[in-house]
Formats: sequence, C-alpha cells, structure tokens
Amino acid sequence: MRPADRLPPELAAEGERVMRLCNACRYCEGFCAVFPALERRLSFAEADLVYLANLCHNCGECWYACQYAPPHEFELAFSRTLAQIRAASYQQNVRPRALAGLLRHGGRTAAWLSAAGLLLFLALELARGGMAGLVAPHADAAGAFHALLSHGAMVAVFLAAGLWAAAALALGLAAFWRQTGERFGDLVASRAAARGFWDALRLRYLDGGGGGCAYPDEVPSPARRRLHHLTVAGFGLCFASTSVAAVYHYGLHLPAPYPILSLPVVLGTLGGAGLLAGPAGLLWLKLRRNPAIVDPAQTGLDVGFLVLLQLAAGTGLLLMALRQTAAMGTLLALHLGLVLALFVTMPYGKFVHAVYRYAALVRYALEQRRPRAAR
Amino acid sequence: MDWARTYDVLVVGGGNAGLCAALSARRAGASVLLLESSPRELRGGNSRHTRNLRCMHDQPADVLTGSYPEEEYWEDLRKVTGGQTDEAMARMVIRRSATCRSWMAGHGVRFQPSLGGTLHLSRTNAFFLGGGKALVNAYYRAAEALGVDVAYGAEVRELELTGGRFLSAAVTVKGFGNRARARTLVAAAGGFQGNTAWLREAWGPAADNFIVRGTPYDDGTVLKLLSGAGMRTVGDPTQGHAVAIDARAPRFDGGIVTRVDCVSLGIVVNKHAERFYDEGEEFWPKRYAIWGRLVAQQPDQIAYAIIDAKMPGTFVPPVFPPVEAPTVRELAVALRLDPAALERTVEGFNRAVRPGTFDHAVLDGCATAGLSPPKSHWARRLDTPPFAAYPLRPGITFTYLGLAVDERARVLAADGKPSDNVYAAGEIMAGNILGKGYLAGIGMTIGTVFGTIAGEEAARHAAR
Repeated sequence: MRPADRLPPELAAEGERVMRLCNACRYCEGFCAVFPALERRLSFAEADLVYLANLCHNCGECWYACQYAPPHEFELAFSRTLAQIRAASYQQNVRPRALAGLLRHGGRTAAWLSAAGLLLFLALELARGGMAGLVAPHADAAGAFHALLSHGAMVAVFLAAGLWAAAALALGLAAFWRQTGERFGDLVASRAAARGFWDALRLRYLDGGGGGCAYPDEVPSPARRRLHHLTVAGFGLCFASTSVAAVYHYGLHLPAPYPILSLPVVLGTLGGAGLLAGPAGLLWLKLRRNPAIVDPAQTGLDVGFLVLLQLAAGTGLLLMALRQTAAMGTLLALHLGLVLALFVTMPYGKFVHAVYRYAALVRYALEQRRPRAAR
Repeated sequence: MDWARTYDVLVVGGGNAGLCAALSARRAGASVLLLESSPRELRGGNSRHTRNLRCMHDQPADVLTGSYPEEEYWEDLRKVTGGQTDEAMARMVIRRSATCRSWMAGHGVRFQPSLGGTLHLSRTNAFFLGGGKALVNAYYRAAEALGVDVAYGAEVRELELTGGRFLSAAVTVKGFGNRARARTLVAAAGGFQGNTAWLREAWGPAADNFIVRGTPYDDGTVLKLLSGAGMRTVGDPTQGHAVAIDARAPRFDGGIVTRVDCVSLGIVVNKHAERFYDEGEEFWPKRYAIWGRLVAQQPDQIAYAIIDAKMPGTFVPPVFPPVEAPTVRELAVALRLDPAALERTVEGFNRAVRPGTFDHAVLDGCATAGLSPPKSHWARRLDTPPFAAYPLRPGITFTYLGLAVDERARVLAADGKPSDNVYAAGEIMAGNILGKGYLAGIGMTIGTVFGTIAGEEAARHAAR
C-alpha cells in the first residue's frame, strides 16, 4: 500500500483492539450489519477496518448498549473509532489524490467553492448583459433565464462539473473496492449489488435492529432515518426536475423558466422543500447528539454538506418566487453557483459516504452468501 | 428523590432484580425509591454483563426455537446443582419464566435470536437485543417514565430494623449522608464478589488470585447488614458463578469478553504443566461454569488452555491474543512452565488420542485411551504449529451465599418466620435455588421472577 493508503498507525491499532473486544462480546450483533460482518473475521487488517467502518451509520445504539464504554477501563468507543476510520478512508480514496486537502477541510471547501460558483455565474451574466441586464426586472416568459445567461455556457459548465464529479467518485469507488479484494463485476452487476443498493437506499441498518436508533440520545427513535429519507427524496426530486427540464428543452424545445404548475417546477419545489426540511432536521439532531459517540473533526464536513444542500434548495425556491423581480439575475447566479459547488464538492465532501456505504453493503451481501468460518 | 418522604418501597440495588421490583411496585401504585450504588454510567450491577434469560416454553415462541418444557428445565437445574436446590421454589421460577418475556417487552426490553457462537442456546435462552446493558437502560427509562425515584452513587451504610421490621436506611450519596425511610425494603444488592476481604475470608489466600468478572459494586453490605440483623442466610460462601477466564483480564468487571472458549478443543494444564480434568467431558456450555472452581483448586490458581493451529476459527476468538510458539518447548518457555514437563504432557496426550471423526457440534468419538484424566470428546493431537496458549484464572461473576426467602420473596428470620416487610430478589437470594453450579441465563430468570414478585408483594404490603 502507498503511504497515503495507510491508516494512521494508532488508529489502526485502536481499530484492531475495539474489533477484538466486539468479536469476543457480540452482544450488539442484532443492531446492524457491522457486527455480523466483524464476527466473520479472526483478525482485522486495515482493509477490514475500512470496510467495517463504512458499514456503520454511527446510530449510537451500540454505544448505549456497550458494557465496556467509558468509564469502563476498556474505554470502548466503537462508533467513534469507526467514524475516525471512515474519515481516514475517505481521505485514502480521494481522486485525484492531490485534492485530499479539499475533503479534509470539507466545510471550508463547500464555502469557497460556493463563492467561486457565484462569481463565475455573475461574471457570465455580466459578460452577456452588463450591469443593466443583471438588475433589470424580468418578464416571466419562456427564455428569460437565457436572456441573462447563455444556455450553451450553462450547459458547458455543468456538464464539465458533472463529468468531473462522476469520474472522481467512480475512481474513489474503484479504489475502495480494490481494497476489499472482491471482483469488480460484483460491484455493479450482481444480485449482491442489487441487494446493496436497496439496503443503502432504504437505510436498512439505520434502525437499531428494529424500532429506531439511539440518536440523538439514548431513546430509540426513527427521526434520523426519516429525515435522511426526506433529504434523499428531496435530492432525487430536484434531480428529476432537472432531467424533465432537459427533456423540455431539448425534446420539446421549451426553454426555462416554466410555469408554476409545470412538471419541472412542481418536482423542483417539492424537492427543494425536502432539501430544506431534511437537512434542517438532521442539523437539529446533530446539535443535540451525544458528543461521546461522534468524531468532532468531521463536524465541518457534515455541516458543510447539509448547509450547501439547503442553500442550493433555498435559493432555487427563492428564484422561483422572485423570478419577475430585479433580484432575479443575482439569484440565478447565486443558485447556479451553489448547485455548481454542490456538484464539484461531491467527491470532496460528505456525499462520498453514500458511495462507500453502497460498496460496503454490496460486499456485506456477497459475504453473507459465503459460509461462516468463525463460530 | 425526596429524603423527607416515607416511600412505600425502598429498593436497594439497581440491577435487573431491583429494577423489576421497582417497576412492578410502581405499577401497583406504590411510591418507590431505588438506590443504585454505582454512578449512572456503570449502573445495573452484573445485569450489564448478561445477555439472555432462560425460559421455559412448550412450543417455538418469538425468538425461541423448539420447546423447553418444565421437566427438562428442572432436570438441567437439578444436574448442575447436584440437587442442592429448593425444588418447589425452582419449579415456581421455571413456570413463571414462561411468561416474563411479555412483561419485559412491555417495559422496553427488545429481544433477538441467539447470537453468533451461541446456537446451542437458541432453544432455551431468549437474548436481549444489545445485551444486558440495553435491558438495564430500557428499565431505567421505564422507571423514570413511571415516576420511580432513582439515586445513583447511593451506598447503604446502615439498616434500621426493629424486631425484624425495616424502618429506614442510612445512605451515603456521593459522599453525603442521608436517611431513606420506607414502609418496605427490597434487598436486590447482589452478591459479595466485589468485596475482596470477604472472598479471602471464604477462600483463604487463594482469593488473591481470583479475578472478579462481575461488578465491583456488589460488596455484600446489604447481605451482611441483614444477616447481622438476624435474617437467615443460605449457601456456602465459596460457591458462586465462577468460570475460567483469561488471566490477563481486568481485576474487576471484565464481563463476557474475558471468556476463553477453547478449553474443550485442546488441553488444559496447571503450573506444573500437568492436565487435571477431562476437558471434553461435555458440551462447553454445560461445563464452562465448573472451570472457575477447577482452576481455583490448582496451585497458584493458574492454568493454561493449549491448542494448535487446527483450532482457531472453530471457537469465539478470545479478546486477548494467545501466547504463540512454533514448538511445545518454546511455548512452555514463553509461559514459564517446565519445558520438559509440558512436552511430556503433550506427548502423552497425543499418544493416547484414538482415531475418530472430529465434530465439535456433537459428542464425537474422539477420545483418549489409557490417559488419566481422560479426554472424552474432541480429543485431537496437538501437532500443528504454531501452538497457542491462553492463561486462565478463576473469574467470579457472583457469589451464592444469600438471604433465605420464601416463594413470596419474603426474607426469612433465623427462626424461619418470614419478615414482615423485608423482601429480597436477584443474586442476593439466588443461593436458595443455586446451591452450586450454574445454568446459563438462570440468574436473569431468578432476578426477573423474584424481582417482580418482591415488587408486587412490597407494594401490597405498603398499601395495607
């Protein structure tokens, strides 16, 4: 392994120690996939630790159930240790590696790239219509956006950003999968892949073994799972809105903006509402969660991503509401800038958790078909 | 809590039995104060370390497979205790074990199928999702919701009784003295395994080599105070639930992870590198509880479980890595045993192993011939390096010396008459049923059954 692929030695040693403890105890087996997966192992190499860490949602159940949690002398902080390993694994798999620093400072990265996106689109608008064009009130007519911003320029920017993000995420996923030693075909086209995708999407293991998770405090609650579903649904609806709009534009030759009751606007509005409410709830839970179970170093990464989702959604809704006013030009630049930042930071922010969780769950599904050695 | 108040029920001990008593008393309408001597983070006594309870059932029921009828349960208990039990009381507990799961679930306890490595218990034992600490957490949440007052870090110093009747308790809470007054007392404060001086009194200097696998907060104070006030005790102070655990375990509170489950696979030798008991006498779950005592009876209370490279992967991996060596001689050196003696023992054992088909899941035909002590099952030659050893010490979970009770959980006075208002539940009275030996999960069954009985009886008494 290259040095960049190694976990910090103390973290690897602590990871091995906590795994040995959990493998000798096994009381938490019913909570999620992590424990059955670790019970298949007799030793815990770094690749095992990374895989197990990415199966963990840090739901907190095992912390409250743990007879060895501090102040017990074993000081077993399983979910926090896994959170630290997970963060280190995100670093390992950043592609290109030179951009690992972006992920390390995920919150800051989100903020700077949002500003850069805003400036880029402001510059594009100014280049097209000058200051007068930017602040002029607009008729709510088809093509009003493109009077301000060339459609070609917009498509070019987002296509480049989207391709970049997709390529970087795919390379990261490949790096993660290579570490598992599993076959590449199984990752994308197998029954295990379908199982993993479905389990990731429905957050199967964010349920504390049934009845919800100990998050934000020890009382089992479905809140986090529901809010996560709301966020993903919002994201999906916004994506659907954009896809439908692309069909309108290219297939039906109808340029944006669209009427309030058109499909893209309805989907986008619902999605935007989900992306405002879901992350708001997740942030609220995050404020109230037990500090003992989390890795405080990752707060910036988490919060940066959630806030960026909300800002992108919020400016999108504002843009719809104020698209006939003089604020439209600025709002358009702001919204597009934030969406661009969202795309560009996908491989360098919290979004990566979805990719690695999927891969880890595919591997879990593969392993479950194999006979268990260690009983 | 309100120290000025006279509660209906004072429960001393915040483990499973105490919580069951507090919950059932509160449900019956009593005001309840529960004193837990540990800080909140370590609450729950030995219940923190448990994972299941043994339940009678006549057909498959929720997480339990097959059936486990009363007679079979009773036979199992009779065998492990060698008859040192109270049959009527034991059968009452067994019968009530059939129904306690729904009561438990009603107070937030979640169940799960038996854990990896415990398939043999899937028929007899209902496992708690997340283990005993999760159960304890659920009960404390239920207790708070019902309005049970709970004091942590609360140690009972004195009990005020007149004529066998409880009046009040002197309690130190986080260093400050208080007096708790109540109409009834439920003693659910566990055994005395956390009291090393008392262990030494019972066992002599050997006790210094014991490891306390259970909670250090069970120091036997309540047991001592009540027996000092004239209550009758049952059981032998040297008896308890003691297993052979990894000698490198923490001095206290090591719990389940300190177990070493390869005894029946390999051989076990003492400090003279000699075998001393049939490692393959029975299935490990039926024998693990005798090995604490067996090791306690060896010189310096130390033993070594020795396996070879064929065995890892066939038992739950112990928490600490084994001592490993490429030869038996080097293993002896690493363990500071006499190398010649260990070689002799291993060679003698290997020679005595008869051919057979090894199968750890059944009482297989792999036995030794002409060896003393024999190894009756799962005997395979130790011939594949690396050789590995786990050092073993006696690990006490809880002691059996306890308060004599009747079937209504009333503590008996020296003359055999039940106390007017003192009840006991859990490990502090488990010795009524467990004279010796142990049956996996029966501690929680006794605690749950007697806890609920004690709570109901105390509430009824207080309401009179």
